Amino acid sequence: MTSSTLSKVTVLAGGISHERDVSLRSGRRVVDSLTANGIEVELRDPDATLLAHLTSSRPDVVWPALHGASGEDGALRGLLEALDIPFVGSTSAAARLAWDKPTAKELARRAGVRTPRGITLSHDAFRELGAAGVLAAIAEEHPVPVVVKPARGGSAQGVTVVDEAAGLPRAMVDAYTYCDDVIVEQKITGTEVAVGVIDTGDGPVALPAVEIVPRSGTYGFEARYNAGETTFYTPARLGAEEATAAARAAVTVHEALGLRHLSRVDLIVDAAGTPWFLEVNVLPGLTETSLVPMALDAAGYELGLVYAALAEKAVSDHR
Amino acid sequence: MTNKGTNLDPWYDSYADRTAGLSASEVRALFAVASRPEVVSLAGGMPYVSALPRELVTGAIDRVMSENGGAMALQYGSGQGTPAIREHIMQIMAMEGIRGSADDVVVTTGSQQALDLVTRLFVNPGDVVLAESPSYVGALGVFKAYQADVAHVATDGEGLVPEALRETIAAVRAQGRTIKFLYTIPNFHNPAGVTLTWARRLEILEICRDAGILVLEDNPYGLLYFDQPAPQAMRSVDDEGVIYLGSFSKTLAPGFRVGWALAPHAIREKLILANESATLSPNSFGQFVITEYLDQADWRSQIETFRGLYRERRDAMLSALGEYLPSLSWTEPDGGFFVWLTLPEQLDSKAMLPRAVKELVAYTPGTAFFADGGGRQNIRLSFCYPTPESIRTGVARLATVVNGELDLLATFSSATLGKPSVLREGVTMPPPNMS
Repeated sequence: MTSSTLSKVTVLAGGISHERDVSLRSGRRVVDSLTANGIEVELRDPDATLLAHLTSSRPDVVWPALHGASGEDGALRGLLEALDIPFVGSTSAAARLAWDKPTAKELARRAGVRTPRGITLSHDAFRELGAAGVLAAIAEEHPVPVVVKPARGGSAQGVTVVDEAAGLPRAMVDAYTYCDDVIVEQKITGTEVAVGVIDTGDGPVALPAVEIVPRSGTYGFEARYNAGETTFYTPARLGAEEATAAARAAVTVHEALGLRHLSRVDLIVDAAGTPWFLEVNVLPGLTETSLVPMALDAAGYELGLVYAALAEKAVSDHR
Repeated sequence: MTNKGTNLDPWYDSYADRTAGLSASEVRALFAVASRPEVVSLAGGMPYVSALPRELVTGAIDRVMSENGGAMALQYGSGQGTPAIREHIMQIMAMEGIRGSADDVVVTTGSQQALDLVTRLFVNPGDVVLAESPSYVGALGVFKAYQADVAHVATDGEGLVPEALRETIAAVRAQGRTIKFLYTIPNFHNPAGVTLTWARRLEILEICRDAGILVLEDNPYGLLYFDQPAPQAMRSVDDEGVIYLGSFSKTLAPGFRVGWALAPHAIREKLILANESATLSPNSFGQFVITEYLDQADWRSQIETFRGLYRERRDAMLSALGEYLPSLSWTEPDGGFFVWLTLPEQLDSKAMLPRAVKELVAYTPGTAFFADGGGRQNIRLSFCYPTPESIRTGVARLATVVNGELDLLATFSSATLGKPSVLREGVTMPPPNMS
């Protein structure tokens, strides 16, 4: 049992994003962990009554376990700031930077972290300039293999690895189904790792990198959310220098984007040991198959205590 | 120490081969959003149980519980179901021309379980089941679980096409494959919304009789006709070659999970044994409450109420489709819950679903109703649950989605598009409230 000073925490989960199901599972996991530590927690699926409810109930802290838009794009966080209610995770401004993958990539690059070369294009750009010409230019500048993905969104939805140029148009259409802007970036070959970063009061600390080895070869939706489809190595099977470089890259990105409390930085470590930044999540998955809980466990943390500490940190940061 | 890695399912390699298809999918994740009130769900096949007067149910429950403290209803029962409910079932089936003995009825946990039991009795891995094109997603899931291969038979506005059935039987047998039965939903088909004509029923029965193929007639919607009753059941003219499946899920409420099979004597015996093996006995409490309801309530009028309600919703959907998506084609059901929409050739209903969810409308992609990857150009729209106003809103949103997708494809029309890669091949079983 913790000696937490928190008396009431509201966990928000669900929402209407494509990641609703994942969010509900993350939210329940947070609720269980906090409850087990003696904290009174309510779980709410945000709807039209939410703001009035928060205004009247005034929880000590809100934990937005909402994946996808509104939860991660800064909108809900902005409202919580307006309501002057403490919440766990990054500010609205920082969340917006992280949510937009091209922006996050650019900020990471400026901070000295390598990120795959790529291009971001809107549907309008194709419409105005003609798809055939634009695709030809992309194929020349960014030869396959490339990764095509929505510029915003998570859970690998709409992501395609394109190994042949002929597959590019279909991959673009599939990604545009999720988002009006799409990134085409160089595919980096190497060890796929996720590095959790937490800050419970002593500054951001990188958790052990989790190495991801999907049976199918691709860490897509099925590999993420079906237990057994992926083997995880925690810590990742990296050399000491590589592991340090990955941890440093993760913390650098976390700080460069002005993130707080927790984040998960996705990297590929290439054969030369260089970590390449792919994207960062301000609300990493917290389900039973998620990477940050796995890293916390491997590092010897007790989940409930960490979650309670993050909630406490949110309150103290608010003061 | 060697880092062997962590697999979150240590039993991954122990599962049976038939488990391979049981996995979380993006489509299933998208369906999770459909439960939100902002989303108009045209996906689910949920009956509108709010139209069932609550007092009819609570009255039946009270009477059951006042009878010796509900001792019988709360106890295990017969593996065949209670004699009383089986007598009622015979009366219900008589409305569709079926005569027979209550001794040949086996009560099951919804007709879905009857489907499972029949498949368990007959199908070996690699056997072939014939089914309409498209077919009910819940049936395809059962067939897949028993490792059957489904051969789809062409269907048109009058239901399954007899000539196509002949050709399919010949083609499958020419490959040396064994056909175990024909699975068919003759009335107000799920998902196609079409009804098999009487002439075709007779012809199909004859084809199957000549070919020595059992017919599995699934009829959950038969009494929910709008303008005129469906033709009489296939079972009404063939009591040896047809297993008939019925259900209280649509005419009363699915929460009771009570359905039934009417089978030839020999099959009936095996069904009872299989039923006992699976569940010991079907839901006793549900059977007692339904029996009391059928004894005391004017259930025929209640079905009439459902018909009126669904007719109004069907009309709202057809009207909205005509207004918002006039260039597309769709079926016009005379009963049941579903309209089958055909998209322009270049559109893909499964790949389009994320955009639909973003626009706050949900539907079931046609691919769910094919075992062979077909159905990309189709959508099943359900009109049973949303109000007429919501249906209009939902169809208007769907039109925005379709137009947006057409715009996207027009942009890329100068490039060659392959098959969508975002959402993979295969039957995706929606959650139960989507079936």
